Order: sequence, then structure tokens, then C-alpha cells
Amino acid sequence: MNLEPIDVVVIGAGPAGMAGARTLAELGISVVLLDEQVAAGGQIYRGIASASPARREMLGTDYGDGVPLTDALKGSTVRHETGASVWQVTRERQVHYLKDGRVRSFAAKTVLLATGAMERPFPIPGWTLPGVMTAGAAQILLKTAGIGPQGPVVLAGCGPLLYLLGWQYLRAGIEISALVDTSRREDYWRARGHLLKALRAWPYLRKGISLLRALRKNEVPHYTGAEGLQIEGEAQVQALSFVVDGQQHRLPASTVLLHQGVVPNIQFTQALRAQHRWDDAQLCFVPETDHWGRLDVPFISAAGDGTGIGGAQVAALQGQLAALGLARDLGRITPAQRDSRAAPLRDQLEKNLRIRPFLDALYRPRDENRIPPRDDVTICRCEEVTAGDIRRFVELGCSGPNQAKSFGRCGMGPCQGRMCGLTVTEIIAKTRGLSPDEVGYFRIRPPIKPITLGELASG
Amino acid sequence: MADTTSDVLVIGAGLHGLSTAFHLARRGIKVTVLEADYAGRHASGVNAGGVRTLGRHLAEIPLSLASREIWHNLPELLGDDASFVASGQLKLAESEAELAQCQMRVAELQANGFTHEVLIDRAEVFELLPTVAPHVVGGIWVADDGYAVPYRVVTAVRRAAQRLGVVVHEQTPALAITQKASRWHVSTPKGRFEADHLIVTAGAWAGRLAADIGEPVPTYPQGLMLMVTHRVAPFCKQVLGATGRALSFKQFDNGTVVIGGKLIGDLDFDTRHGEVDITRLITSALTVTDLFPHLKHLGINRAWAGIEAFTQDDLPVISHSLRASGLTYSFGYCGSGFQMSLGTGERVAQLVLGESSSIDLAAFAIDRFNLDSSILMASKEPSCNQSLESKPTSA
Repeated sequence: MNLEPIDVVVIGAGPAGMAGARTLAELGISVVLLDEQVAAGGQIYRGIASASPARREMLGTDYGDGVPLTDALKGSTVRHETGASVWQVTRERQVHYLKDGRVRSFAAKTVLLATGAMERPFPIPGWTLPGVMTAGAAQILLKTAGIGPQGPVVLAGCGPLLYLLGWQYLRAGIEISALVDTSRREDYWRARGHLLKALRAWPYLRKGISLLRALRKNEVPHYTGAEGLQIEGEAQVQALSFVVDGQQHRLPASTVLLHQGVVPNIQFTQALRAQHRWDDAQLCFVPETDHWGRLDVPFISAAGDGTGIGGAQVAALQGQLAALGLARDLGRITPAQRDSRAAPLRDQLEKNLRIRPFLDALYRPRDENRIPPRDDVTICRCEEVTAGDIRRFVELGCSGPNQAKSFGRCGMGPCQGRMCGLTVTEIIAKTRGLSPDEVGYFRIRPPIKPITLGELASG
Repeated sequence: MADTTSDVLVIGAGLHGLSTAFHLARRGIKVTVLEADYAGRHASGVNAGGVRTLGRHLAEIPLSLASREIWHNLPELLGDDASFVASGQLKLAESEAELAQCQMRVAELQANGFTHEVLIDRAEVFELLPTVAPHVVGGIWVADDGYAVPYRVVTAVRRAAQRLGVVVHEQTPALAITQKASRWHVSTPKGRFEADHLIVTAGAWAGRLAADIGEPVPTYPQGLMLMVTHRVAPFCKQVLGATGRALSFKQFDNGTVVIGGKLIGDLDFDTRHGEVDITRLITSALTVTDLFPHLKHLGINRAWAGIEAFTQDDLPVISHSLRASGLTYSFGYCGSGFQMSLGTGERVAQLVLGESSSIDLAAFAIDRFNLDSSILMASKEPSCNQSLESKPTSA
């Protein structure tokens, strides 16, 4: 296996990866940016380079924020490898990836992981039926192909992306039959405690309000405080039923788009055995980093939503800070140079993070939508393991997610636990009366991305 | 605090420890098992699941055949088939020279009175396995071998033992082991445990415990790697090995294919983690796609590593201590202990209880090693590998 030497491998061409790679290149450091998509942008700015002006207009000004980042990347000396799917990063910083069906590898002095976020699982009755999609997947279709789903369409859950998608659909002329909001009054009260700080991050708040106002103006029915969500149908979605203030509702639907926030994609940091901790505000595991994004694995850093959800602006700032940290670790700048360049970035970071506690409290997903009370709800879609199965494993002596694999193949299918990892941890923790930290997470093993026997044999 | 005294304390809740505890409990002995991690965590629960008498060292064959009886009687013994499938195991010869090696092997076994391995020709191989590549010329077939899902076996044996009164303490590492008068005392973070008899079945960690007790054994730990593919239509019922190259290969009922063959990965022994180095799996991918070209497009789902103890001569230690009373060892199975565990547990129980058996354990004595310091140093290298090429493996 041929190992190509390089100063820095950056993984993921979203805001954190693009900004980080460009900062490193500006300092004269050799940097390669690996990303599996055909163009830079990550999920948030997906398809930005190829989107027509009309589509950019339809998707809104925030989407357009990606243009300066992709333009700056193009004008830099960063070597951007598109269609590059990274399947292993070792603690010794060997980076193995697949491109054009061939295995290739770097021996990197340092690595910056900018692998972003993924949507939180939404395990409710019927969530595996055809016709159910995540709001994020629906948004990718809109960004890359400009297409909407088959109506009637119901959006359900909570979080900014759900409202943004609703707003984008309205602008694209796609009809929405209802927005079913699971946020509760308690959430508003809890969030009020963070309101003062949030007001100082006014632009974020205003954005959310204007999205909701647009939905209201278009007379999209908006239910709030919905609980007991259940998707009905045999071979295909037929309806979403739920309860508001004790009253049962049933909305016919061909498509239900579910969303309850995003969580860090920790496949690489977990596979590297970096230290992680449970973040109770964001209800997810995050890797432990110092304020340069450095993991407890030497010369490997992480930035962006993969280290805790902060959004695109925060990710780009963290990418630059991590890049400065690595430049210092590589001996290319002095600590003083690093710190003086970092100071204004840290100010902006602090401003952008002010809204977070408010948003986390406001859009905290309900317990019942993360830890299904009903035993028949599927948790692991690949291996068809239910919530009841996991609770039964615990009775048989299963003490954590890794044993759940052995008891019933949970988390061992093609998605490698991405879809069920958090749910499995939370169900076991709740059943055993322990914290998610005590129960832990799946041990993540390579390959992180699919590779065939033939492709491996070609290496 | 649970009861901390018992007749026998077992250190290590892998299959060897659990099986020994089960067989002792069947005879009315009160057993406590201490496990540093969780049951079956390192080798027992994560190996390839091969239930194999095929290709064993002559010294291991009586124990392995005794184990086979138990594998075929699991529902009666444990109330659970533990997922065992008697699929047969087939070692492929890919050239006339390899077939000659197979012939010699079978002749040697027959000269020693063993008839379980049967030489088969090309036609017989293709009758059993029509999908294999046409260059295969024959092989060795054992119809009564098979496979099982390792963790299902661990759980079945653990639960059967617990039903008989065995107490298993997980997350309970042995921190210090002392013998006072004739009783053994083991301190753990969960308190001190006492028993008349101590059994060390701690796999890769047994060597350290033995050294602490003052009875050093030249063993070294290794991380053994495996990989599993996505699902594919059924094409192979048997467990396969190769004669000329390292291979352990089987397709489970759900369509996934597990590929191994004593592939040595990296090891972070202190954090108890076997690391996967996929680049070292390239040869395995080549072997598999040579034998089954249609698998080239099959995705690899996951690769992992378990941690196992190896010895200088590729044989385990199954022996009373020669330095202390009431102390018995069973470890160092060199990646081939999964199948043996059920029968070995019974044999170790007999050893502890002073019962007689026709199965001789002389080859597994703890004092058989040369403890010359230069050899101790050399034993850190994977000396087992030399002989691995020619046999399939259960780990």
C-alpha cells in the first residue's frame, strides 16, 4: 500500500473543512481536502456551486452564505479531492480512502476531522414505512434536484431545519398540509431562561420568527405541543396521528417528513477511541476537545458540528481555529501568531454561540420521541431490532450497546449503528437507571464508509 | 454486597471460564466467576465462530472430539442450541502439491487412530460447493464440524451456569491474588473474594496473573482480526479453510460472510483494545475473491479484532499449578479455543475435582516451556504464525 505523505488531511468539505483547509493553505501548509460529494459545500451548502440563481433565491440567503466559502476554496492552493470516501483514519494518522473504485492512502502529519452532523433518529411507530423521510433528506433533494415529495406532505418534529424546509417548500411552490410541532410549553418556559443571551444573538432569533410567520401567512396549519405521534399505514404512509391537549388528531398524508434536530457525526472520533462525553443539553455524545479542537489523540483535531451542534457560522470559525492550532503544532507559526490571529475569531465564535442554550432548550426533543415507550417500535432498521428487544437484552444481562450487538445484531448492519446508536444508548441507560455516559456508545470499527472486497483487494 | 465466598473462584468469564464453572456447578460445586470486562468481551464473544476439529494439533484432538459431542448435544445440556449449525468444515487444496499435503495429513491422523478428517477429490468438493472457483483440486472434509455465533454461545453457557447457581461478577478485575493458609483471596474493586480453589481462565491476561502468582509462562497477547460483509444470496453452506494460505470463511444464515484466518492486527494491550489494520486484510480479500470471483462487488460491513493469548508451541496451558495448591490454569488457546471450550471446561472440572479421565493433559503442562530468558524475549514475536498457514481457525 502506497502512502502519500502530506502535512494535513482535512476530512469533509462543509463550512468547517473548507474554512480550515483554506486557512492552512494560506499559511503555506500542504493540505488535501477529502470529501465524498462531487462538489464542496457539505450538507448545508450542498449543490451550491451548481445551483441556478433561481434555486439559490428559493433556498434563501443563508444558503447563499456558502458561495464565499466555496469561491475562496477554489482560489486557494488546497488540493480538493471530490468523490473521495474516507473509510479509515488510524491513530497513527494514516488516512485510507476510496476514489474511482481504488483504494488510496495518505500518511498525514496531522488530521482535521470536519465530518459534520447527521439527523437524530426519530423512532416512533411507523417511522420505517415507505413515504417517511427525514427533513434533511428532503432538503437535499430540493437543493440538488429542486424536487419535492409526493403530497399530501406533513412535516413533524422540532428544530430550525424543519421550519426552514417548510419555508423553502412554500417558496418552491410545494404544498404542505400541516406542520406538527412537538415542542412543548415547558420547552418555551425552559428556553425563556436563556432568552436574554439569545436576544444578543438577534439575527438567529429573527430568522426563526420570520420562518414561522411565513408559514402562518400561508395558512399552513401549525399544531404545537404534539405528543403520541404515530405514523399509520400498511405498505405506505397513510396518515400521521397525534394528540394535542388531550385531543386526538389524524392527518392523511402520503409523505411524512420527520426531524428533531441534528447530532454530531462521531463515527471517526469514536473509531479513533477519542474521549467522548454525553452532552445533556444537546442529548448526544461529543468528542472532548481543547479550545483548538484537538482530540486526546495526538495531532488529530476536529471542528464544526462533529464536535457539538453550533451551525454553519460556528463551524467555519472552529475550522479556522483548528487550522491555526494545527499550524502551530506543525511548527509553521509561533504561539503568538496563532493567538493573535485567533482572537477576533474567538470573539465572533462567542457571539454566534450565544443563541445555542436557547435553541437547545427550545427544541429539546421529547423523551418519548427518543426512547420509545412502545416495545414494537423498530430501533435498528438494518437488523430489525425493536425497543422491546433491547429492553429484553438488558434483562438477560446486556449492560451496554456493544453487548446489544452480540445479543441481537443491533447496530451491526450496513449503517454501522449510525441510525440507532443514540437510541440504543438511551434505552439501555433508562432501563438500567444509569446515565448515557455510564452506558457508553457502540465501538465503531472500520470501514467507516462502504468498500467492496474487490476494491480492498485492489489496494 | 454479594456473597464473597465460594468453593471455587474462576478468573475470566470467557467461554473457558464459564464452561468450567458450568461443569463444576453441575456437580454441586459453588462457583463464583470474576470478569474484568464483560463476559466474552475479548476472544470468546468476537471470534469467527468456527466449530472445528479439522486441522488440529494431534495433542488437541481428544479434547476437541470430546467437545464435539457436547456441541451436538447443546439443547439437552444447556436448554439452548446456542446457534450451533453442523454445516461441516472443508479445507480446500488449490494445487496438486497442496492436495498431497492434505493426503499426508489424513494419513498421519489415521496412523494415530483418528478418522474424523476425510480426504475428498475435486468432484466431491464441487458436489459440496458448486460455487467455488474451478482451480480447486480437492480437500479435507469433516462433516460433523460447523459454526456458531460466538456471543450466543457465551450467553447460553453463562445463563445455564447461572441457573445452576454460578455467580458472575462483570466489571470486576482481579487486582491482587494471595493464598493464605490454603485459601485463595482475590481483591477487586467490588471487594475481596475467597475460595478453596482458584482457576485462571483469563485468556490474554492469564500470563500476567500467572507471573504475579510466581509461575511465569511464556505467552503473549495478539489482536486477531476478522471482517464481515454485507448480505449476499446463499452460495456456501460449509465453513471453509485453505491449505496454502490463511483463510477462515463462512456464510451465516442471514447472508453475511465472515472472513478471517488468524490475521494479526495491532494491539493496545493496556487499554484492552485490538486495533484493526485493514491494509493487512488485503490478502484475505484477494484469497476470497480468487475462490469466489462473484464476491468482488460485495461490500465489507465491518472489521474488528479480538484479543487472545498465544504460546510458544501453539498449544494451551491446561494444568494444575506446580507452585501452589488449589490452583488450576486453562488459557493460551492460540486462537483455536472456541470449539474446545465446552469439552475442556468439563475436563478442567474433572481435574479440579480429582476425577480420572482418559484424556491425557501432559502436552498442556505448565512446566513444559523453556524459561530461558532469551526465549522469553523471543516469545514476544508471533511464533505461532509459522504453522498457521496450513490450518483454518476458529478465532
